[in-house]
Amino acid sequence: MAHSGIDVLTAGSNFSRLLGGLWVTVKIALIAILIGTIVGILLGILRTLPNRPLRFILRLYLEFFRIVPTVVLLFLFYYILPKQFNVNLPAETVATLVFALWVASEMSDIVRGALESVPQHQKEAGQAIGLSYWQLQRYVLIPQAWPLGLPATVNLMTRVVKTTSLLMLISVMDVINIGQQIIEANNKTAPNGVFWIYGIIFMFYFIINYPLSRWDKHLNKRRLEANH
Amino acid sequence: MRKLGLKRLLTTVGVLAILIGALAGCGSSKASSSHTTNQNSVAKIKKRGTLRVAVFGDLPPYGWVNKSGQRVGYDVTLARRVAKDLGVKIKFVQVNANNRVDALNANKVDIVLANFTVTSERKQVVAFAKAYMKVSVGVVSPKDAKITKVSQLKGQNLIVTKGTTAENYFTSQQTSANLLKFDSKTQQFNALKNKRGVALADDNSYLYAWVKNNPKYTVGIKGIGPKQYISPAVKKGNTSLLNWTNQEITKLTKAGFFKTDYQQQLAPYFGKEVKASDIIINH
Repeated sequence: MAHSGIDVLTAGSNFSRLLGGLWVTVKIALIAILIGTIVGILLGILRTLPNRPLRFILRLYLEFFRIVPTVVLLFLFYYILPKQFNVNLPAETVATLVFALWVASEMSDIVRGALESVPQHQKEAGQAIGLSYWQLQRYVLIPQAWPLGLPATVNLMTRVVKTTSLLMLISVMDVINIGQQIIEANNKTAPNGVFWIYGIIFMFYFIINYPLSRWDKHLNKRRLEANH
Repeated sequence: MRKLGLKRLLTTVGVLAILIGALAGCGSSKASSSHTTNQNSVAKIKKRGTLRVAVFGDLPPYGWVNKSGQRVGYDVTLARRVAKDLGVKIKFVQVNANNRVDALNANKVDIVLANFTVTSERKQVVAFAKAYMKVSVGVVSPKDAKITKVSQLKGQNLIVTKGTTAENYFTSQQTSANLLKFDSKTQQFNALKNKRGVALADDNSYLYAWVKNNPKYTVGIKGIGPKQYISPAVKKGNTSLLNWTNQEITKLTKAGFFKTDYQQQLAPYFGKEVKASDIIINH
């Protein structure tokens, strides 16, 4: 099997370079999810307030990040905004920022939906025993909204990990970008290398996303059981 | 999800449109003013201590990454030399063909050394320095049915890839051949191997590299049509770096740098058919 192209994976430092690229991918996804989730929860709570202008602005924010494709957002933040405002952030920072903003906007909707799904009588019961607004959130609404919003959150996480494959567009050396370097460097001598490189990248994404998917399934099952 | 009333939907769309308009508006007004402040002059680069160069990471033998993870290639060697002569460290920014212009204009890099062909459209958005390489359209054919003159192509099938200089040339200037157009390099070379045409036209530098691995074929016509030049590009208005780069190219040409660069980086890919003088330039 000398010509199967699998040796492209092991030649030189190729494999450790791929792992390095994977680390960049995971790091950006993790930080973005972390920041995005925290900001998103706060925005989600704010969106349940009766203040109309505030809700309108947050709604606009959500729709902007939901409607505009991530590729366009990355391009906008990396190439276009720096030109106007003279801020020049490194590519990885821009990537983390864009993903965090995206996660925050999607999270705000998940959190809002979850909070509003908590039965009205729970809220009224809380108010009846004299809980303040934040006490009501802390002890009544969030604990019950949490299991409602979690499956959608896990789903969002897997989407974030997958979408990092767009980062090569703004010169981030993520796992896909490194993979393409290796493919092109070996294209002449090992045309089948492409199969192995994309194969291993598939495995990488699978290893990250499959546990999340399993967790999601588990959460759904537990929620169904709790309801019966 | 709550139902959006038509009125609210319209308001949302309206506000979004205003936002985008405002963004675009300030884009056009500020783009001109940014030319006045040159953040990438030679003095600024020296003060910063690093030269940021846009290179390809996936185009052997011009700019690619070898198996030990090092950036190598004809363009990359030039980039390292330029940084050395400036007396600064080098920082590579990997770009695609599509974002070479944006990388310059958004100030992500100081100079582009990524097989950047000079065209009149590109001249309007970036500043090209002196060329360091030339390419033109070549025609490859099987060795046993060699095509050496354009007249041999009359009425025959000629294979090209859509959007290339070769397609453009044979559509507008040499219309005697029947063109078979394909979408990718892989497709066009397969078509030639399957004898769907008598010859194939493309940038000669690609063809040289291809015949090296396909010894049954030869580049019978090495160069026809207008010559195209590959140049370093800097941001428009950056005269300081542009002048410096022009002098540097002249100096390096005199010192025989490109000849060595050619021998080390390109010759192993191009095979014996090609001479350094087919590719490099004597200013």
